[in-house]
Parts: sequence; structure tokens; C-alpha cells
Amino acid sequence: MNADAFQYAIDVRGLNKHFGPRHVVRDVSLKVGRGEIFGFLGPNGSGKTTSIRLMCGLLTPDSGEGTCLGYDILSQQAEIRRHVGYMTQRFSFWEDLTLRENLDFIARVYAMPDRRNCVERTLEELGLSARARQRTGALSGGWKQRLALAACMLHKPKLLLLDEPTAGVDPAARRDFWEELHRLAAEGISILVSTHYMDEAERCHKLAYIAYGKLLAQGTAAEIVAAQPLRTWSIHGRNLAALSQELRQKEGVAQTVVFGDLLHVSGDNPALLEQSVRRAVESAPEKVRCEQIATSIEDVFIYMMNRSDGEEGSPGEHG
Amino acid sequence: MKRAARKIARHIELFSLARWWGIVLKEFLQLKRDRITFAMIIGIPILQILLFGYAINSDPKHLPTAVIAADHSEFSRSFIAGLKNSDYFAISAEHLSEAEAQSALARGEIQFMVNIPADFSRRLVRGEHPALLVEADATDPMATGMALSALQQLAAAVAARDLKGVLNPQARQAAAFAPQDPFEIRIHRRYNPEADTHYNIIPGLMGVILTMTLVMLTGLAMTRERERGTMENLLATPVTPIEVMSGKIMPYIAIGLIQASIILIAARYLFNVPFAGSLPTLYLIILIFVTATLTVGITLSSIAQNQLQAVQLGFFYFLPSLLLSGFMFPFRGMPQWAQIIGEVLPLTHFNRLIRGILLKGNSWPELWPEIWPLLLFIAVAMGIAVKFYRRTLD
Ligand SMILES: Nc1ncnc2c1ncn2[C@@H]1O[C@H](COP(=O)(O)OP(=O)(O)O)[C@@H](O)[C@H]1O
Ligand SMILES: [Mg+2]
Repeated sequence: MNADAFQYAIDVRGLNKHFGPRHVVRDVSLKVGRGEIFGFLGPNGSGKTTSIRLMCGLLTPDSGEGTCLGYDILSQQAEIRRHVGYMTQRFSFWEDLTLRENLDFIARVYAMPDRRNCVERTLEELGLSARARQRTGALSGGWKQRLALAACMLHKPKLLLLDEPTAGVDPAARRDFWEELHRLAAEGISILVSTHYMDEAERCHKLAYIAYGKLLAQGTAAEIVAAQPLRTWSIHGRNLAALSQELRQKEGVAQTVVFGDLLHVSGDNPALLEQSVRRAVESAPEKVRCEQIATSIEDVFIYMMNRSDGEEGSPGEHG
Repeated sequence: MKRAARKIARHIELFSLARWWGIVLKEFLQLKRDRITFAMIIGIPILQILLFGYAINSDPKHLPTAVIAADHSEFSRSFIAGLKNSDYFAISAEHLSEAEAQSALARGEIQFMVNIPADFSRRLVRGEHPALLVEADATDPMATGMALSALQQLAAAVAARDLKGVLNPQARQAAAFAPQDPFEIRIHRRYNPEADTHYNIIPGLMGVILTMTLVMLTGLAMTRERERGTMENLLATPVTPIEVMSGKIMPYIAIGLIQASIILIAARYLFNVPFAGSLPTLYLIILIFVTATLTVGITLSSIAQNQLQAVQLGFFYFLPSLLLSGFMFPFRGMPQWAQIIGEVLPLTHFNRLIRGILLKGNSWPELWPEIWPLLLFIAVAMGIAVKFYRRTLD
């Protein structure tokens, strides 16, 4: 009954968390729709893990409120635990137990009906049946990741909270993993996945970007890009590093990013930006050409992170 | 209506047998794989019982003794010569005053003070059944017990050899009438009124070993999860504090019973401790005590931040248990405040229970006054543990 009573899988408002004097999560408000893959991006130490723990009741917020699957995050943590699948950033299964024993334990504590079959099926799907009697500690990183994901989905949760599930996983495995996430989302499962890989942002339905504990943007990739007054030019050619250095000093240039033989130059004043770029291209020692391009989500995130950094008054990397 | 129904559901969910069993199985498996812990569980009781048992049972000789012979008779000289010849006594002072000897005893310089009163042999000859006074420093009853019984034999031997011809007819008549010794040895055990025998040590040792190993083992139970990073996973599952804590102590209940059995076997076959009471009662008492001890361990474990702290807290609990439970020092000899602390400790009650069962053959009516404090202790400690159990990572 409760299962249908909520509109958002996650709906939290104004979450704050301090660790001692450090304000680690600042006024975070998030809405994750049902069946949505919600990407939670931000650099290391920005407060992603802490925010996720607040949402699933593993940490108590200093202030703020909200619901997770319709259950109150402050008072109904027991229900949240029963219905949410949480994959921790650090592998947190018991390394002195075998694969089967770990899965069996999870199946028992979630009181899974038909426990034995469920565990065997999961092992088979993982392709780990042959190694079911191996100690979990002996698995390689990639396999641990897969085991952790399988284990947190064992009890068929309606919401998955995945904390950097693809960190340290090779590209092919990452692609498989994202395909699996989309299959789950199609079944109506809501997923919040944190990552610091920018390329994964494009695979999410919606995104939130957090830096220094503050949520800087939220929405679809297009919405986030559109919401920023950022224009971007792309410069093709060689010896772009020097050009990049030079351009950073110029008026109207907020940031420059080098991608091989490509230089992205962004700024929030279109006229000044165009002027600076054109002048730099003309006076460049080697022949380069420039064109205006659509601002990518990655440019926006870098822009937002630098801006937020400046607001904090801490030394930035603007050169 | 709906809210009420949910409230009831939450209460039912406070304890699920399936989840609890999951924890129990997990803990058994992890313990089974932890070779070092396993070796410790079996090794420590064996090592301790042998060390303690044999070190204590060793029969000390040449104990420093002061003789105050106010009676310069043939008997006195013969008796002192006998003492000198026996292995147990080393006469370290013969010409002390009574006061000097008393303070030497207090300082621990001498273990015994033998006082032959001035009119001893005169009264002996008259058949008045005089008393030979022996003051013993019985702080360590093991040290004095054997010597004192040797002293009694010696006195009897001297009396039988030297006094035959001396006794007057009246005395001889008295001796014939009451065919015991012609005099009395009045032993005054100082500093240890209970005068424990060595039977006391082995049963007492069981509680000490169980306390030490079980508090340490369970003390690590929660902190280990925290330090290995598995706590976050455990907390993210629906297991409740009471399931985790009671589930985690289950394997150690089995461990405790195994340890107790090892000690009981050693007590019976190595040290010939009598088994006066019933074995099922004994095991039931051990079960209750083991549970109480484990509850302490799990409580400390949920209070401690890391394994080192858990060990420190464990020691903090172990010391008063060792010192104030009546194992080390006789309970009645302790000051009031120490007795009050002692009464709270499970080991105190267990010591009384196990001695009661093994040595006196006590049964339920005599045991009950010591059992309910243990049950109360378990309930209170479990309450504290659940209260301190952190359901979040804060
Ligand atoms: N339990 C904690 N105690 C103190 N500081 C913490 C704790 N957990 C996280 N932090 C700090 O809070 C900040 C945010 O951490 P985290 O949420 O793990 O970031 P992210 O997951 O985005 O890398 C970091 O600077 C981290 O050092
Ligand atoms: Mg993190």
C-alpha cells in the first residue's frame, strides 16, 4: 500500500551535516523520480557519500527532512533499510566468508522467500557458481564490485543507492554495468548512482552536481547546460598548451580545457569571449582555427566547481 | 488505524528469528575461520589451569617461623627441635618478644609464630589440656595449609614420645578417658578468616578464565565490524540491535561451555576437586554466568570506538572482577565499598555458586539467592548494550 503512496523515490530538502567544525553537506535538496537513473556527480570529498548516507538513514542530518520511497528519513529508517539496496563505496562484505555465505547471509537478513534458489540463481547470473566456495577476500576488485551489486539487489529493492560503483572498473565492465542499470530502470527501479567520471553523466536521465558540500545544479544534462550563461569555443591546432595559458588571462574567459589537439574555451560573457578567442587565434604563432560549439555538461561542471571554489574564499586554480 | 497497524508491525519486526539465525550462522562461520582465536579459546584455559593449579598446589617448605618459648621445659626444647627438623619450618627467630613477633608477622617477615605459654608443660603434666598457640599468616592459604597440618602431626609425635613417663596418673587417666591429644594446638589464621583450601582455587579459576577470555573475545565483536568497514553494510540491512548483539554472542556461549568443560575435567582428574552437586545444575549455572559475561563484552564492544579501546575496557572490567569477587581476597575481609562493587559483579555470584555446587552440593533453594542477581545483571547489561548500539554511522 505504502509502495504506491509516494511520487518521488527520493525527496529530501535542506539536508545539512557537520563533522566537527566541517560543514560537509550544505542545504542539499534532491528529487529522484521513479524509474529514473539519477547521476550524483562531484569531485572527491565533495560530500556524495555523506549525502547518500543521510538519504538512507545511515547518518542523521543536523537539519533537513525528506522521504525515501515514501518513508521518512528521520523516523522510518527501519523501513528504508528493508526496501533500499545500498552499495557502499568501499567493499563492505565479509572477506572471511565465501561468496555463497555472503549472499546467503544477505538473503537471510532480508528474509527472502526461497532463499536457496535465490542465492544459486544470483551466483549463476554472476557467472560465479564455480567459485562460490572461494573466500570473498580472494576476489579481484572487479569481481568484488559485481558481487556487491548483486548482493544489494538480492532483495529486489525498489531503490538502488550506488556509491561510485564503477570506480576502478575497466571500460568494458563499466559499459556492461550501465547497460544493466538501464535494464533495471526500465523495470521501474529507481537508481541514484554517484560517480566522479564525467562521461557517465551522459548515461543518466537526470543529474545533480555537488562540490564542497553544496548542490550546484540539478536536472537533465540539457537543463543544466541551458541554465548556465556559458558559451564555449573550440580551438583546433597544435601547441595548444601555451595558447591555453595565454587565454586564461584574457577578459571574458572563465576557463580553458585541453583535450589533445582540441582546446575548449568557455566564458559567461559571449561578446568578450568571442573577442578574446578571435584575437588569440589571429596572433597565434602556428595556424589554428576556431568555432563556437555547444557547451558540454563537462564544461559546465568544471565551471561550476571553479566558481563555487571562489565563493568559498579558498585559493582556486585560476592561474 | 493505519498508523496503529504500522506500529504493531514495527514491534513484531524488532526481533525476527530468521534474521537472528542469519547472524548466528555468520558468526559461527567467521569464528571457525579465525584460527588464532580458536587456538586461544582452547589454549588459554588449559595453560591457565595448569599454571595456576600447579603453581598454587606446590607445597612450600622452609617457611620462616618465630618461636616464643616462655616455657623452658623438656617438651619445649623437644618440640622446637622437631620444628627445626621438619622441612616446613625454618626457625628464623627464637628470642623475640611477643610484640616483636607480631609485627614481624604483620610485615610478612615470618609466616608463623609459635607461642608456648609459660605454664604449658606444668599444665600439660597436670592433664589440664593446655593450648599451644600458633599464629599463621594465612593470606595465602595454600602456603600455610600443609605446614599447619605438619605442625599438628609433629606436636602429636613429640607428645607421644616425650610425655609418656612424665604424665601424672591423673593426666594419664584423663588421656585414657579422652583418648585424644593431651594438649590442643590453637591455630589462629590471620588475614584470611575463611582459610580457603585448595579446592577453592580451581572452581574460582573457572570464573576468572571465562571472564577473561569471553569479555575479550566479544569485546572485539562489534569493533571488528567497524574497523573492517563491514559495519556500514550490516547497518544498511534490516537487522535490529537486539538481533545483532544476541546473535553475535551465540557462538561464544558454545565456546564458554567448551572452556568450562575443559576446566571441569582438569579439576576432577588433575586436582581431584570433589563434585558434590548435580552436573546439570552446574552446567545451567555456567550457562547463565557465560551469558552474563558475554553481555558485558558486547556492551563494551558497542561502547568502544575501536579494537584497542575494547581491549582496554575489557581489562577495566576484568581487574575488579579478579580482585573483588572473592577469588583473590576473601569477600568478607574486604571493606564495605569493595563488597558493594563485588556484589554487582557476576564473578562474585558465580564463585559462590560453583563452590556451593561442587564443594557443598548445594541445590536450587541455596543457589537461588545468587542466581537472580546474575539474571538481573544480564537484563540490565543487555539494555545498556542496546542503548549504546549505534544504529547509524554518526
Ligand atoms: N565520518 C566522518 N568523519 C569526519 N569527516 C568525514 C566523515 N565522513 C566524511 N568526512 C569528510 O567529509 C567530506 C565529504 O566526504 P564524502 O561524503 O565521503 O565525499 P565523497 O563521497 O564525495 O568523496 C570529506 O572531506 C571527508 O573527509
Ligand atoms: Mg565517496
